[in-house]
Amino acid sequence: MLDIAKIRADFPILHREIHGQPLVYLDNAATTQKPQCVIDALTHYYQDENANIHRGVHYLSMEATRLYEHAREKVKNFIHAASVEEIIFVRGTTEAINLVAQSFVRSQVTKGDEILITAMEHHANIVPWQFVCEQTGAVLKVLPIDQQGNLLVEQLAAYLTPRTKICAITHIANAIGTVNPIKAIIAECHAAGVPVLIDGAQAIAHTPVDVQALDCDFYAFSGHKLLGPTGIGVLYGKKALLAAMPPYQGGGDMIRTVSFEKTTFNVLPHKFEAGTPNIAGAIGLGVAIDYLQCIGLTAINAYEQQLLRYATASILEIPGVRLLGTAHEKASILAFVMQSAHPHDIGTILDQHGIAIRAGHHCAMPLMAFFNVPASARISVSFYNTFAEIDCAMEALSEVNKIFA
Amino acid sequence: MADLRSLYQEVIVDHTKSPRNFGVIDTATHHAEGYNPLCGDKLSLFLKINAEHIIEDIRFIGEGCSISTASASLMTETLKGKDLDHATALFHAFHHMLTHDGDCPNDLGKLAVLSGVSEFPARIKCATLAWHTFEAAIANKLAAVSTE
Repeated sequence: MLDIAKIRADFPILHREIHGQPLVYLDNAATTQKPQCVIDALTHYYQDENANIHRGVHYLSMEATRLYEHAREKVKNFIHAASVEEIIFVRGTTEAINLVAQSFVRSQVTKGDEILITAMEHHANIVPWQFVCEQTGAVLKVLPIDQQGNLLVEQLAAYLTPRTKICAITHIANAIGTVNPIKAIIAECHAAGVPVLIDGAQAIAHTPVDVQALDCDFYAFSGHKLLGPTGIGVLYGKKALLAAMPPYQGGGDMIRTVSFEKTTFNVLPHKFEAGTPNIAGAIGLGVAIDYLQCIGLTAINAYEQQLLRYATASILEIPGVRLLGTAHEKASILAFVMQSAHPHDIGTILDQHGIAIRAGHHCAMPLMAFFNVPASARISVSFYNTFAEIDCAMEALSEVNKIFA
Repeated sequence: MADLRSLYQEVIVDHTKSPRNFGVIDTATHHAEGYNPLCGDKLSLFLKINAEHIIEDIRFIGEGCSISTASASLMTETLKGKDLDHATALFHAFHHMLTHDGDCPNDLGKLAVLSGVSEFPARIKCATLAWHTFEAAIANKLAAVSTE
């Protein structure tokens, strides 16, 4: 059992007021709030430890390097990677996917080759592949979903052809919360000789991830969705694949020797980390991982599922609500529309009650088109939320109906 | 919740549910598409303007939030029968009201019910979408206007 009161005390922002009401933060799929220990780690780094890494012989530089590399070690252990060489620090999930698209996929595909994604992807797992298609003449294929938001896994075999060069799929869909059976999907792709990238942006804070057990080729996630700072994220890649890939960006840190005639590149993981990275961000992410592990992702997942069940039952009692995404297995995300009001009006009315939810297309416009809605409202719950906060949101949704009665 | 009542006044809710001048004009002299990519609001505006620059007819279709729908509806009611100079002056006055804490510089008539939107900065674009589309239509801009 989680001690929610104690957990909430760790998050200073949860104690502020919005429009004179206590903040009810239900937009966790967009970004999570930060515990005091993460905020302190950033301050402490800039106050006492700031220096550039991998360069200086002076004490501070060595200390900053040690802290940065220690954060990499924490990430490696967190997702059960085989080695720290497989952990590339990037700006976030978006950059991680772009890196794989340009460095791994682009050089391998030619006109008519296929890139497979799904109908529930975030724009970050659509647009980078469209770039590769434009650059090479490759074709984007989209594995469909059913009306409940379940991936039509039984159709996967038909979508895996000799021309499929990569399958890029989300672990948990940000807009509707579907949890995909990625282990089985990865196995099926591998049987067809297709490498797999998993977009783990939504999953990483809600479910334990073991990249070796999954056997995924790449796994991408953002620090800010798991209590860490913005501007830091991770690309996990299998060492053999990363080693064979050309660098993504050129600059300092990623080189071994530079002359005007010939440059040689640094070893993994530094080959993919050109320029001074987000050192404080990486350290903050390491602290966020410590914090999450201290609470335990299994306990977090169990509690969030309780909140999801409670919220789902509650929202269906409100007249005129239609849920988008009712997959068999779901994370703590409730996407919905109301007969009486547009999502933006819902968002504004809830905001006046101090309740933060997302309203819009959730960076998944093709999915909105699939459900035939221009936009939707989304409640996304984290382990620091309470049943009382769900009640609060439901009361405000009832008021939406009253205003537009 | 006083703020919410000032935003969602009865008149606005009424225009949301029963938008006036909703439809197309087959013989339109001016037309433009409006789009707000942030919220997905879409608006198609049709105008029939005569040789004396009088707006003889104005209609719209589209889908959007309460504020954008009500604003479009109120705009069409207000602009019908006005000449273009007057319409442009109204747009500037309306825009001023939304971006200056609801301050009404001229007699905006019914449009004043939208003054509450000025307290909701995230929603100002919803209220101005129809007007930007109107501006695009009279400028004979063929491309879709975007509030971004």
